[in-house]
Amino acid sequence: MSAVRTLDESAPPATTGVDDFGGKSTGRALTDQLARVVMWAAFVIALIPLVWILGTTVLKGGQMLLDASWWGNSQSGITARRVGGGAVHAIQGTLIQAFVTALISVPIGVLTAVYLVEYGRGRLAKTVSFMVDILTGIPSIVAALFIYAVWVVTFGFQRIGFAVCLALTMLMIPTVVRSTEEMLKLVPNELREASYALGVPKWKTIMKIVIPTSFSGIVTGVLLGLARVMGETAPLIILGPYTKVIATNLFDGLMATLPTMIYQEYSENLQPAVDRVWGAALTLILIIFLLNILGRFVGRFSKVRN
Amino acid sequence: MSSITGHSAIDELPTSDGRPPLEADRAGTGRLGDRIFGGLATGAGLLVVALVSLVGVFLVVQAVPSLLNNNANFLTSREWVASGAEPRFGIVDLLWATIVTSVIAMLIAVPLGVAVALFITQYAPPWLTRSAATLVDLLAAVPSIVYGFWGLTVAGQYFEPFAEVVDRVLGWLPVFEYTGTPSAKSTLAFAGLILAIMILPIVTAISREVFAQVPTTHKEGALALGATKWEMIRVAVLPFGKPGIISAAMLGLGRALGETLAVTLLLSALNTSSAFSFSIFGGGETFASRIANDAGEFDSAQKTGAYIAAGLVLFILTFIVNAAARVVIERRKAFTE
Amino acid sequence: MAKRIDVKDLDIYYGDFKAVEGVSLTVEPRSVTAFIGPSGCGKSTVLRTLNRMHEVIPGGRVEGKVTLDDQDLYASSMDPVAVRRTVGMVFQRPNPFPTMSIRDNVAAGLRLNGVKNKKKLDEVVERSLKGANLWNEVKDRLDKPGAGLSGGQQQRLCIARAIAVEPQVLLMDEPCSALDPISTLAIEDLINDLKSQYTIVIVTHNMQQAARVSDQTAFFNLKATGQPGRLVEVADTQKIFSNPTQKATEDYISGRFG
Repeated sequence: MSAVRTLDESAPPATTGVDDFGGKSTGRALTDQLARVVMWAAFVIALIPLVWILGTTVLKGGQMLLDASWWGNSQSGITARRVGGGAVHAIQGTLIQAFVTALISVPIGVLTAVYLVEYGRGRLAKTVSFMVDILTGIPSIVAALFIYAVWVVTFGFQRIGFAVCLALTMLMIPTVVRSTEEMLKLVPNELREASYALGVPKWKTIMKIVIPTSFSGIVTGVLLGLARVMGETAPLIILGPYTKVIATNLFDGLMATLPTMIYQEYSENLQPAVDRVWGAALTLILIIFLLNILGRFVGRFSKVRN
Repeated sequence: MSSITGHSAIDELPTSDGRPPLEADRAGTGRLGDRIFGGLATGAGLLVVALVSLVGVFLVVQAVPSLLNNNANFLTSREWVASGAEPRFGIVDLLWATIVTSVIAMLIAVPLGVAVALFITQYAPPWLTRSAATLVDLLAAVPSIVYGFWGLTVAGQYFEPFAEVVDRVLGWLPVFEYTGTPSAKSTLAFAGLILAIMILPIVTAISREVFAQVPTTHKEGALALGATKWEMIRVAVLPFGKPGIISAAMLGLGRALGETLAVTLLLSALNTSSAFSFSIFGGGETFASRIANDAGEFDSAQKTGAYIAAGLVLFILTFIVNAAARVVIERRKAFTE
Repeated sequence: MAKRIDVKDLDIYYGDFKAVEGVSLTVEPRSVTAFIGPSGCGKSTVLRTLNRMHEVIPGGRVEGKVTLDDQDLYASSMDPVAVRRTVGMVFQRPNPFPTMSIRDNVAAGLRLNGVKNKKKLDEVVERSLKGANLWNEVKDRLDKPGAGLSGGQQQRLCIARAIAVEPQVLLMDEPCSALDPISTLAIEDLINDLKSQYTIVIVTHNMQQAARVSDQTAFFNLKATGQPGRLVEVADTQKIFSNPTQKATEDYISGRFG
């Protein structure tokens, strides 16, 4: 190549040393730069709605949360035209229902994951795994309709808080199964073998070695799963109508929750009610974020890592 | 580990040491403790199987009598009169609105989500990687109803000019025709946009997990051939991640199809007598929003059955989409092993 | 305390795949037997059949007979869990339980099997750690996590954990392959001490190590590629290394293959 160049005197001299390596054509370099810009832009675009929503909610709802009555009172006796009242009835309801949901779905979810990782083989395990996937994909409204079809239509029971918990359980089980499964798989087989070699039976190995080793990871999964179902509104609208007063009995009467409070106040379409929508939304987001942060924090203590 | 999707990428990898996992049929023979514990675990697994089967069975059993009473064709009618002596209801409008909103959401969220995942795994400076992932995950923590309310009362007004511009430029296509009613924030297009924001974290999280698993040797191989970073991504990262992206898209689609509250708050129902419109700037109701809108009125078995029938169609739709995602994942598994 | 192991016509399978064929050998009580041979020849597999750990891998099964002082380990009435309590095992990579302190790691075998008496547990912990030559190094930090120790210390901790349940036999699967030379030396010294109480079987890739620590050496090899592994020759270590009967053994120990 260079020999040719010296012979042909009309050819311009090479301008940079890079050309001798075949260089990077400007087109390729441009495409590369363009791709870099696009990726950064995508990230910034993704952040816009997050910042916007959080900003709006804090600006419009923050004031409500600074009022002590928000944390101390219910909406009992407060009409949509009037300001005031609090969200304590809805906060309580949301927390109670979340707690009972976790109480039902964690044992089922963890045991299912134990089955899939430690016991399951062959067709049945494949079927269970497939069904967990399907359950993951079931829309919350379908879960709610199913519970409605069983609870109200078939058995003729009332729409109560516990029915909501059942619907939420259906939505929470698959997240618990998947995250627990993932954590159990991260426990090295060597630990199981070490335990077996000490003459420890399998079930004790799982209970005392495998689950404790992956414990914080399982807790993280549960908290993230809980955070997810707490914001679900569809099952509440179908199964758990709103009430303005404090109610703590899951098995009798109506029970308020933050999502139904948002839905109710939204449908009033008056300024004091709209303010309460933002207040309730901010409260709900704060609870969910707290759970998320707590979950990630617990996850840092994980004994197993990739 | 920070799986917000309920979908695990580890699921798709063979175990680390290449040995089959310890499953230990006989790790603890027939001891009482083992029998009880193993039985409980298997029982929990069976319960999950039973639960999903029951969903199908119950929905079918309750939908069938209403469907038999239906005086219109369930699959082809646009009417929705669920109660009375002569109920007439069909799903055409619901199906149309559901699919249009979901497809719009996919068209936006999948490319954007993949790009964000590439940003997090390949481009972000190290100090940003972790927090960037967390920030995108936080999008999933905002409840659906808040998205709906925010879209309706805050963001929606800015969609109006956009719809007008699109109408001016492309309005000669029926798909992009915007008549001004309903207002832009109550159209299928805007509902799709909000859905896109909601499924973005799902698409991002799964793509991110898959991209993070691209073997360093593949990437270095490409770079050693003199590829630029983008070329490396095209020849090494994207092909490796393709099945993951497909399953991410499927799972996102499954979520979009069934998303309820955001859509319920935004979409404005069509007038029963209005002509069918192909425009994405039209109104309508999805399966989920129709059910949620009328949830207070489930008074007769006939009426309830009609809504349950709509729910059944939604269940089948999401079932197909999720099963397809599963098949893609299984195929990839066979490929990596 | 120590017991004698007899293996007779042992075939080992993974599902339909026959991994090892026709192994017969005897391990005398209070002696060290080394298994050597090229990778993949089945020496670890044979070792794992001696405490029925082989069958925790799906499809793992054996044909033939393994007896411990005339007790058939594979008799249908025999509980594999009981077998594993009698025949302890130390693995290739040190694997202390990450959730447990040093003390709890050593006590794990007893505690998980229902021993609650704290005084007894403390005695066992001290005795086992002394037995594993680790006591002096860790006695002041028994409540610290076991995972905080160095690799060599972790492996000795695992040995302490294994001997805490007072087994009759101790199996070691390449116990030094993940350790540096100094830690290796410490483990080898320990094996020499443990010999007075236990029957020890050790798998090793390191022929010098086999020569140093064992009384008897068994050489395993594949019949041919794709064929099951088999026991080529077993004899006194001295004899194997100076005057083996089989040509394959000689080739292997002189480094001509493997």
